[in-house]
Amino acid sequence: MNAATSSDAAPAAAWRAEVDASCAYPVVAFFVSAVFWLLFGTVLALLASIKMHTPGFLSGAEWLTFGRVRPVHLNTMIYGWGSMAGVGTLLWLQARLSRVRLPLQLPLVVGCALWDLGVAGGSIAILTGHGTSVEWLEFPYGWSFLFAGIFVVVMAASLMMFSARRVGHVYVSQWYLFGAVLWFPFLYVMANALIHGALARGVVQAATNWWFAHNVLGLWFTPIGLATVYYLLPKVLGRPIHSYYLSLLGFWTLALFYNWAGTHHLVGGPLPAWLITVGIVGSVMMFIPVTTVAVNHHMTMKGHFALLKVSPTLRFIVLGAMSYTVVSFQGSLQSLRTVNEVTHFTHYTIAHAHLGVYGFFTMVMFGAIYYIAPRLTGREWSSPRLIKIHFWGTALGMAVYWIGLTWGGILQGLAMDNPDVAFLDVVRHTMPYLWSRTFAGVLMAVGHVAFAILVWRMFTLKGRRLPEPASAPVVAMAGGAQ
Amino acid sequence: MNRAVFLYVGVLLTVLLSFTGLVSIPEKQLGGLQPLVDADGTQYPVPPTGMVAEGRGVYIADGCIYCHSQQVRPEGFGDDIERGWGTRRTVARDHIYDSPPLLGTMRTGPDLANIAVRQPSENWHLLHLYNPRITSPGSNMPAFPFLFRKVPVEVQVPHDALSFPPGWEVPGYSVVPSRRAKALVAYLKSLDHSHPVPEVPQ
Repeated sequence: MNAATSSDAAPAAAWRAEVDASCAYPVVAFFVSAVFWLLFGTVLALLASIKMHTPGFLSGAEWLTFGRVRPVHLNTMIYGWGSMAGVGTLLWLQARLSRVRLPLQLPLVVGCALWDLGVAGGSIAILTGHGTSVEWLEFPYGWSFLFAGIFVVVMAASLMMFSARRVGHVYVSQWYLFGAVLWFPFLYVMANALIHGALARGVVQAATNWWFAHNVLGLWFTPIGLATVYYLLPKVLGRPIHSYYLSLLGFWTLALFYNWAGTHHLVGGPLPAWLITVGIVGSVMMFIPVTTVAVNHHMTMKGHFALLKVSPTLRFIVLGAMSYTVVSFQGSLQSLRTVNEVTHFTHYTIAHAHLGVYGFFTMVMFGAIYYIAPRLTGREWSSPRLIKIHFWGTALGMAVYWIGLTWGGILQGLAMDNPDVAFLDVVRHTMPYLWSRTFAGVLMAVGHVAFAILVWRMFTLKGRRLPEPASAPVVAMAGGAQ
Repeated sequence: MNRAVFLYVGVLLTVLLSFTGLVSIPEKQLGGLQPLVDADGTQYPVPPTGMVAEGRGVYIADGCIYCHSQQVRPEGFGDDIERGWGTRRTVARDHIYDSPPLLGTMRTGPDLANIAVRQPSENWHLLHLYNPRITSPGSNMPAFPFLFRKVPVEVQVPHDALSFPPGWEVPGYSVVPSRRAKALVAYLKSLDHSHPVPEVPQ
């Protein structure tokens, strides 16, 4: 792509405004829903966290027992917050990058409403004792048909834009988005049919379970998150991605290796050794795509770190990208049998999972919403102060969360692997770390409330008007990001 | 990379590969596993039925899996066997009738693969469910009072009322387990993987 000159800046701004306008209703619907579920999931997270160190807390009602609140927290965060923020971002990115108007607007808005109903219905089902106890697939079987149906619409819209694209070059973000919309429905439908439909038997259901659950992160959240970073980093900085070839290598190695990693959740379990080993190999091979992406992003950022102060989008996505590197390296090491012997079955895993879904994906989604929303409404964010509270609440909260449970988890694992330590003493030793998690959760909750207020004001058009059309650096990227 | 067809094929192929490797082949290898039948005709494992199946439903509905695993790791890997959680590692055959298998990934509480062997007392289980602190001081397990009924003692003391250790009685009431509490205990008392299997040499 040529660098834009002043003569074609105006038409470029015009089609961007046109694409943004076409996205407005569906993307806003997905974002608002996502933020609602973020708040809802946060309340459940706090409840679950408090119950861990103070088991008497609200323990009289069966629907509020830990074993129900915890899966509702996970499912509202995964299918409510994460997936809905992800779909909103995915649709907008694909429209921008293909330079076409968003198709299927009405079906998407209806789909979004049904999706909300699905998450609400599934959550009520779990709370009333109809959860399945299959991790990451706790909603009863019936609900999966609803989600799969809506997914067809999202997939159709995304592929329609991709095939109608008015840009010859396919930008790296589009590869990832393309992967995400094809991978996730396949995973979701197969996992539901094999486990809830009982097409697989016994421990093969467990293998399927972790093939699926790990790929929710690996083949759904990760590609959407990386697509977002690959798009926004050059956009905000006004400079191209460091290396096209590194992007290519990073994408295909991720596609090849990530989806083999899931069985590392079953190390030591009743499955054939080869199956576990394959999972470990897949996990360790993830060093390649992760290093590649980290180098590529870092070299793009290099010399521009001062911009972190002025751009909230940049702050969130850079923190997210850094978490991605850390969490991935951690995951590779954690899959090794010697490490896993200690960390498996402990809070260490919980810390790791949150660094992935929260430190990486959620942070990137925050950054994406900060960038995209003003372009949909033509308004500015109403309060820099609330943005600051949001950033520091969530960033510090994540740090406390991860450090506390990682350290506590290691101690827990070492004590548990020592038969001289009575089990109840292992439990007692974890208490301070469980309290530190509640403290971290409060920090994150404060951040989420600040964010929700900002989003509410944004979509009720309370912010100042932006100069028309939405301003963005008018520098076209060598990579072709539009 | 501008060829959409290359993307299509590559993206689908990679996920199909892992599906084949992590799901299809294991199903081929393990899907046909059969129960063992001893010389005296007893079968291991047996499918859960009656109160045991009902109790398994309670275990699932109340999310016990989020704190308890049901798998014993092999000797020399962790100390599951030294802790007395089992006499041998868990094998795929132990779970052929479990749909879904409740292997678990967390041990906030201890492993339950052989809880029936370790704790055969029904009253212990009921007390522990009613309030875990009665039997296990310092435990952070939730109490499940909603699985019990409180009956004023002046009416009558039911035959299945819990017998509390001194200091834990509920003044003026006796505490009676509901059907679901009894089912859950029946399920827990069925968790026994001590039967020898050919996969683990003695």
